[in-house]
Amino acid sequence: MMPWVMRGLRDGIVTSRYPRRPDGYGLTFRAAVSIRRDDTTVVGTGRAVDAVAAACPTRAITSEVRQARVDRGKCILCGRCVAQRPEDFAFDPDTETAALRRDLLVVPGRNEDPAGLAELREELARRVRAFRRSIHVRHLDCGSDGTEEWEIAALTNPIYDIQRLGVFFTASPRHADLLLVTGAGAAGMLGPLRETYEAMPAPKVVVAVGSDAASGGLFAGTYATRGGIGDEIAVDVFIPGSPPSPFSIMHGILLAIGLLPIDTRAR
Amino acid sequence: MTDNETVVEVDLELFATEVAYALGISRRLAGLFAVPAGDALRLVAALAGEGQLSVLTATLPPGVAAYPAVTTLVPAADWYERQIHDLYGVTAVGHPDLDPLVLPLAPGIAKPCPGSGTETRALTPSTEPLPALVHGEGMFTIPYGPVRSGVFEAIEYVIETPGEDIPRVQTRVHYKHRGVEAAFAGRSTEDGVLVAERVEGVASVAHAIAYCEALEHIAGTDVPVAAQFVRVLHAELERIANHLDSTIRHVEAAGQAVAYARLTLHKERAMRLRARLCGSRFGRGVVVPGGVSGPPPIGDGELLEALDMLERDVRADIKLLMSTPSFLDRLRRTGILPLKFAAARGALGPLGRGSGLTEDVRTSRPYGGYRHLGFSPASREDGDALSRQLVRNEEILTSFHLVRQTVDELESLGDPATGWSVRVEPASGEGIGWAEAPQGEVLYFVQLDDGIPLQVKPRSASFHNLAMFTAAFPKDITTDFAFIEASFGLSIAGVAG
Repeated sequence: MMPWVMRGLRDGIVTSRYPRRPDGYGLTFRAAVSIRRDDTTVVGTGRAVDAVAAACPTRAITSEVRQARVDRGKCILCGRCVAQRPEDFAFDPDTETAALRRDLLVVPGRNEDPAGLAELREELARRVRAFRRSIHVRHLDCGSDGTEEWEIAALTNPIYDIQRLGVFFTASPRHADLLLVTGAGAAGMLGPLRETYEAMPAPKVVVAVGSDAASGGLFAGTYATRGGIGDEIAVDVFIPGSPPSPFSIMHGILLAIGLLPIDTRAR
Repeated sequence: MTDNETVVEVDLELFATEVAYALGISRRLAGLFAVPAGDALRLVAALAGEGQLSVLTATLPPGVAAYPAVTTLVPAADWYERQIHDLYGVTAVGHPDLDPLVLPLAPGIAKPCPGSGTETRALTPSTEPLPALVHGEGMFTIPYGPVRSGVFEAIEYVIETPGEDIPRVQTRVHYKHRGVEAAFAGRSTEDGVLVAERVEGVASVAHAIAYCEALEHIAGTDVPVAAQFVRVLHAELERIANHLDSTIRHVEAAGQAVAYARLTLHKERAMRLRARLCGSRFGRGVVVPGGVSGPPPIGDGELLEALDMLERDVRADIKLLMSTPSFLDRLRRTGILPLKFAAARGALGPLGRGSGLTEDVRTSRPYGGYRHLGFSPASREDGDALSRQLVRNEEILTSFHLVRQTVDELESLGDPATGWSVRVEPASGEGIGWAEAPQGEVLYFVQLDDGIPLQVKPRSASFHNLAMFTAAFPKDITTDFAFIEASFGLSIAGVAG
C-alpha cells in the first residue's frame, strides 16, 4: 500500500482550476472553426467561399449574401476550410463552445433572439436549482465513434477532476440528474435512449456531446442513423466537436447546471 | 491487386472448401467481405499468409441468395457470415447460428446492401430478444447493456449463468450500428479518410493508414518516406494511449484508486502530446491519401523531452502496478483464451499475442515506415488477462522506442522534395490495405473506378476479436467480467459498423 501512497503524492496538485480561472491548455485547443471577419463576400471573395463551402465534407459552411457561416454542430474540425481560405476561416482556440440551442452553434449567429434565449436560460435555471451542488451524470452512447467516451472518461482524471465541482458519474438512470448523450443517433439506440430518459427522475437535463450527436456528422443520412439525437429527446445543451475536448464537455455540463461564472455564461 | 496479393476466383459451390484448403497453407482467415457487383454479389476472403495476403473470391449471380457456409469448415468466418447475412440477406447454408449480429430487421424488410446504391433508406432495427441458449435448473440470464454502468460504448452482453459461473456470454453489438459502409458511399477519397478516422475513433490513425494504404496500393503511389515516418509517429502514440486506456480499465475494475489517478494522468499527457503535434488529440487530419498533411513540430527537442518524461513515469508506475498483488491476483488465470483456439480463429493484436501467437502486421507484412524499423513483437503464452496486460506493457515501451527512432529518421531526412503528400493518380481496381491498430490488424477493402471509391469495406480488429469473447470464460465468474472485457481492449464502434 505504502508505495502507492507516495506515488500519489509525487506530482503534487495537477488539477485545473477551471472554471474559476481560465485554463492555459483549454485556451490553446483547436476547439471550433470561426469566421475571421464579417462581410466575407464584400471584399470579392464570395466565389472562393462558395468553393470552400462546397468542399466541406459535412456541408457545415453556408455562404449567403455578404456572410458565410459555419454550423459548428455539423463541423467535424477537419480544417479543410482553414487550409483553403485562412483569410476567412480560422480555428478558434476557445474550448467554451457549448450552446443552449442547436441554432446557436451557427456562427456568426443568425437570429440570436435574446428574449427567447433569456427565457430558455431562466427555465433551465429553474429546473436545475434543485440539484444544488451535487449533480449525478449518466452517459449514454447512441452511435459514437468511441472518442467521445474517452473524452468524457477523461473528466475523472486528476487534471479535470470533475468531482471537485460536485459532478459525479452514476451507474443507474434512476439516480441521474443529467444525461450525456453521444453519437450520431443510431436507430438501434433510440429506444434505449427514450427509456433511459423516461427512467430519470424529474427534474432532468440532457446534454448532447459532439457534432455527431448534434447533426450525425459524417454519418448523417445512412440507413442506420437519424442525424443526431435532437429529434428524439429534448436537448438542453449542445457541445460541438469531433470529439469535443474534455474542457468543452466540462463547459457544457457546467452551462447546463448553471455553475459557470457569470462572465462565461453569457454566450 | 498488387504484387503481394494473389487473387483466385473460385466456383461458388467450392468457395468454402477452397478457403479451408487455402488455410492449410495460409495462416488465418483475415476477413470475409461481400462486395456488390451490379446485381451480383461477390464474396471476398482475405487470407493472411507469411509476408502476404491472398484473396479468394466467388460470385453469387443475380437471384442467388445462398451458398455453402464457410463457417462449417472455418469457424473464424462465423461473424463475417452473420454480418453478410444481416446486410445483404445472403444465407450461408449450414451456418450454425445466423442470428442477427449488426442489424436485426423484421422479416420482409429489405436489407440495406451498402455499396449497391440503395443504402440511404432509413431502417429501424427490430427489438425482438434473442433466445437463451443454455438451459438447466437454476439458469438465469443477466442482460448487461446497452445502457451500462459507467462510461462505455453501447453493447449488450447477455450473461447466462446459474449464479456465479458464466457458461455462456452472448454479445449483441447491433445497438450502435451506424452503417459505416454506407457513410463512405458517394464520398471522394479525401472525405473517405475522414470517415475511416471515425469508423473506430480510438484507432483513427490506424484506420486512416489502412484506408490510404489500400488507395495507394491500387494507384501504385510512392508515399514519401518522411511522410511514412510521420504516420508511424502518430500510430505509435495512438498505441500508447490505447494500451494505457486498457490498463486504466483493469485498474479501475480492481479499485486501485491511486494507480487510476496516475495512469489517467499519463494518458492525458499522451493525448496532449498528440494534440500538440497535429491539433487533434486523436491524430485526426494527419494521414491523407498520398502522404500526410504536414510534418509534426519536432524541431526544438521539446517533443523528445516530453516523451522521455512520459516514458519514465509510465515505466515507473507500470512497474509498481506489476508488483501490486491485489492487482495481479485479479488478472492471473482470468479469461484464458487457449493458444489452440486463438490460432484457429486467428486472434489479432494483443489478444492473439497474449495467447502465444507472435504475429504483428508491422513486422509480418510491414507497410509504410515499418519497412525501415525493426523490433520483435511482444508475446506471452498464458492466454490470460495478465498475459495480455504484459504484452501491452511491452508494446508501450516498444512504441516509445519507435517514436524516438522515427523522430531521428525525420530529422535526418528533412523535408521531402516532393512535399509531404504526393498525388494519388486516379486509378481503377481493387486492393486491400492494412495497419496494426492498438487492437490488432485493421483491413480496408477498397474498390476504385477512375479514382472514385465504389466500395469501402473496413474490418476492424475489434470485430474479429470480439467474436472470441465468449470463449474466454472457461472458469470465470461474474466478478471477472470487467477484467476480461478490459483485457480484450476493443472498441464497439469498430465492431458494430
